[in-house]
Amino acid sequence: MDVSQPFPGEVHPTAGGGILVTKLDEVINWARSNSLWPLVFGTSCCAIEMMSTAAAKYDWSRFGFEVARATPRQADVIIIAGTIVNKMAPVLRRLYDQMADPKYVIAMGACATSGGPFFYNTYSVVKGADHVIPVDVYVAGCPPRPEALLHALITLQEKIRNNHAER
Amino acid sequence: MQKDELKIKLSELLPSAAFEEGAEWPTILIDPRVWTDLARHIRSGIGLDFDYLFCLTAVDWKTHFTVVYHLTSTVHRHTLVVKIRLDRERPEVPTVSDIWRTAEFHEREAYDLMGIVFTEHPDLRRLFMTDEWIGWPLRKDYEDPVNMIKL
Repeated sequence: MDVSQPFPGEVHPTAGGGILVTKLDEVINWARSNSLWPLVFGTSCCAIEMMSTAAAKYDWSRFGFEVARATPRQADVIIIAGTIVNKMAPVLRRLYDQMADPKYVIAMGACATSGGPFFYNTYSVVKGADHVIPVDVYVAGCPPRPEALLHALITLQEKIRNNHAER
Repeated sequence: MQKDELKIKLSELLPSAAFEEGAEWPTILIDPRVWTDLARHIRSGIGLDFDYLFCLTAVDWKTHFTVVYHLTSTVHRHTLVVKIRLDRERPEVPTVSDIWRTAEFHEREAYDLMGIVFTEHPDLRRLFMTDEWIGWPLRKDYEDPVNMIKL
């Protein structure tokens, strides 16, 4: 056996090429999209709607989001539920940096999207969380209804399924 | 104690105090120089027992500031509002943190956001803003071209 080769044995190229890998990507994406673990993170009233989305009536565990984690090390998605102020921005950045790849971000509501009602004449509010971390899905509303957040989460799942899997 | 009784008692104690009419609670307007003495008296000694300062805030009227104290008594269940008018150039008022302990943080907040100086406060530092922050963000004439988008 030739040990200098990284893959022992013989490689037989598949006809048409790479179908196995493409299917594997689909399986990985399907698995990832259906077990997104959100980080427990809420800075204002959007967090109340987020809790409602998690609770019995809207029950986001139907779509695989029930395992909310209190540590960024175990979370896949951070839902920015609320206003980000200048003092909170470095904390949000650190939480995002501590999350393991692949990681996703949902900006929930007007404050996280653009500063919302605090866009004008405010000395303390970050005008959109995307000044601090990259955002995948934005949700309109002040605060958005639980249905809107569920729609955003399902949109994120579609986004994951339609992309190449990060490996 | 009823509103009228409270008014009579306060007028005896401080003849110079002016009462504001039409408010939910009896409201007196006083001078900052008499505040420490009045605070000590209404806290204990003369039977008013205002033992709970439940709100301390400041208002910017552009021409002057007003510091507003909301006091209540957990013994007699009566409430009093004290308003003190302060000069815009030198907004100074003596601290009441030694009389009502809760005032310590409330006064720090009013100092941090409005720039009201509470003289003889034990620890008058920034509370919400960072230590190196310059300016008083809740004043009407506050400008911050870096963080603020004016409308």
